[in-house]
Amino acid sequence: MPTIKNLDDLKRIREEALEKRKLKTASGNVQVVVGMGTCGIAAGARETMKAILETIEKDNLSGITVTQTGCIGLCEREPIVMVTVGEEPKVTYGKVTPEVARRILKEHVGAGKIVEDHKIAIS
Amino acid sequence: MKYYRSHVLVCVDPDCLRKGAHEALDAFQDELVAQGLIDEVQVLETSRIGACSQGPEMMVYPEGVHYAGYTVDDIPFIVEEHFLKGRVAKKFELAAEKAIDEELSAPTPKEVRVVLRNCGRIDPENIEDYIAEDGYMGLAKALTEMTPEQVIDEVLASGLRGRGGAGFPTAKKWQFCRASAGTEKYVICNADEGDPGAFMNRRVLEGDPHAVIEGMIIAAYAIGASQGYIYCRAEYPIAVQTLNIAIEQARAMGFLGQNILGTDFSFDLEVRMGAGAFVCGEETALMASIEGKRGEPRPRPPFPAVSGLWAKPSNVNNVETYANVPQIITNGAAWYAGFGTEKSKGTKTFALAGDVKHTGLIEVPFGLSLREVVFDVGGGIKDDKGFKAIQTGGPMGGCLPEAYLDLPVDYESLTAAGSMMGSGGLVVMDDETCMVDIARFFMEFTQEESCGKCTPCRVGTKRILEILDRICGGEGREGDIEMLETLCEQIKQDSLCGLGQGAPTPVVSTLKHFREEYEIHIREKRCPAKVCKALIRYEILPDVCTGCTVCARNCPTGAITGERRQAHVIDVDTCVRCGICMQVCNFNAIVIR
Repeated sequence: MPTIKNLDDLKRIREEALEKRKLKTASGNVQVVVGMGTCGIAAGARETMKAILETIEKDNLSGITVTQTGCIGLCEREPIVMVTVGEEPKVTYGKVTPEVARRILKEHVGAGKIVEDHKIAIS
Repeated sequence: MKYYRSHVLVCVDPDCLRKGAHEALDAFQDELVAQGLIDEVQVLETSRIGACSQGPEMMVYPEGVHYAGYTVDDIPFIVEEHFLKGRVAKKFELAAEKAIDEELSAPTPKEVRVVLRNCGRIDPENIEDYIAEDGYMGLAKALTEMTPEQVIDEVLASGLRGRGGAGFPTAKKWQFCRASAGTEKYVICNADEGDPGAFMNRRVLEGDPHAVIEGMIIAAYAIGASQGYIYCRAEYPIAVQTLNIAIEQARAMGFLGQNILGTDFSFDLEVRMGAGAFVCGEETALMASIEGKRGEPRPRPPFPAVSGLWAKPSNVNNVETYANVPQIITNGAAWYAGFGTEKSKGTKTFALAGDVKHTGLIEVPFGLSLREVVFDVGGGIKDDKGFKAIQTGGPMGGCLPEAYLDLPVDYESLTAAGSMMGSGGLVVMDDETCMVDIARFFMEFTQEESCGKCTPCRVGTKRILEILDRICGGEGREGDIEMLETLCEQIKQDSLCGLGQGAPTPVVSTLKHFREEYEIHIREKRCPAKVCKALIRYEILPDVCTGCTVCARNCPTGAITGERRQAHVIDVDTCVRCGICMQVCNFNAIVIR
């Protein structure tokens, strides 16, 4: 990790971080973000995360970045998974069990069809 | 104003424009004129209807029909079908995209996210994600462009007040600490969030740990401290883990340690875990716990700003308070003071719990009414029951009835109403809640958590609990209410710390607003909400009972008897009022008296 010695360093790192983020969305890459706060984990986010990673490996899927985030405030709908395909709007899913996660990967990421029955919002 | 029966919204985002949105707009106008509909249908330009992937896109209200994938040549057909014949032109309808409607009317339109802006958006274990969201810009600005005094002035002008509950102006605290003699000073973050049902701080710590860390570094610069502690309860293992990862990354990048950002300011941070005592959320008890002593409060003064951790000047703020600071510095005091009311500036996070439709975490500007919080943000009462009370401020807060629903949520209003802001717990209760039982529940909590150092709290809470237990148990006596009032007053006056001083509030507020419920419990030996087990009995309606035997087979104590196809009977003495029979009865034949 680079050491930040002054304001210019900080600004440069900020630009780089933004650039990295842009690259992720621009190339049609798929970003899968799993809510891994205490509420998410209590609702089974670890199993969901595991299912996502296993499916990606088993089906040899490429171009998918899986990251985690904290609680977004909708604890009652955890585990929550957010999926962004390229530059399309972000789709937020609720109550994502491992089974639903596999469906999302197959139907939404694979075939471009949003899994309606677990969708919370599109933004 | 002109009245139109229908509105057509055409998306003019760049993507849609490229696909011919302007041409579509013109063609639409022309066709409406040609069909003589121009006075009935209004065509408007808008943006972001959908993905623009099949643009030009269009939305027709009031039906909310979403059309896409048409060309200019298809417009006469759509106008004829939809506006003349009044049926949806199915060929171009995008059914799946109706979700956008739901988003536009999201259940949380009154929320403003300052503290929670990054929560659920960034990866908390990746410092670059935070930096990309202007993270550490506030620190850079403070260290390179401002003197410590200017930092304090900026925070003072923002009107930021302590989010732990007391609402003391944050910058004043910093001023006192800065003015205290000595070179060794400490900055402490109170992350011992212990209120039952409250988890606002946990969310910030887990979702955006760098905001807290940055806020603490800025505070340390302002008061002249070189060491900080985050006191986090051990029940938050994920928060502790996230914090430690964040601190390590901040240190690696040079935001913590020697000569931060190339200046001569140095500061480092450590996480200390609490062992789960509620009282350690009180600042003097918290500091005793960091020192390795028993977590017990001590009298103030001296205040921590003069003599705190290891008898050195120390500044203790809540997680949420620190998380506000970086943005105040980055965006300026005026921006922050633009939210909220005259005396309570900014936003506040709340954990909305209880009998409300949308439970969860919210962040709203101060000044919103309780009604807006419960009914607009929270979506109203679950199962369409009636509203009875809202408890603000955690176990030491008060219960407010419907008459107070239009009260603005700010420090002064809540205190004046006999409750308090607290750290942000909001428990909504429906009309099937027994207020005596609620008071008993909270008293059980505070009595359990009393550290026992001072007598009023140790003995007083126990005595109150005994009386409440008696009232709920059907053994209430005349004079109990008066005794409760005396005890509450004494405990409030004479206790050493906030725990004891606040402990009677649930009792005081329920006595004030729901006194008749206490009286009915005591005099009529009846629980109007049918909650207190000793005051209710289950009965089978003989006319409704079909004698299916389901209740008898499920009763854990064998209290239900009766022949098959004959009305059953519950033996009051054997019944333990568990309510299972009522749940399993398929004919609603069981009632509570």
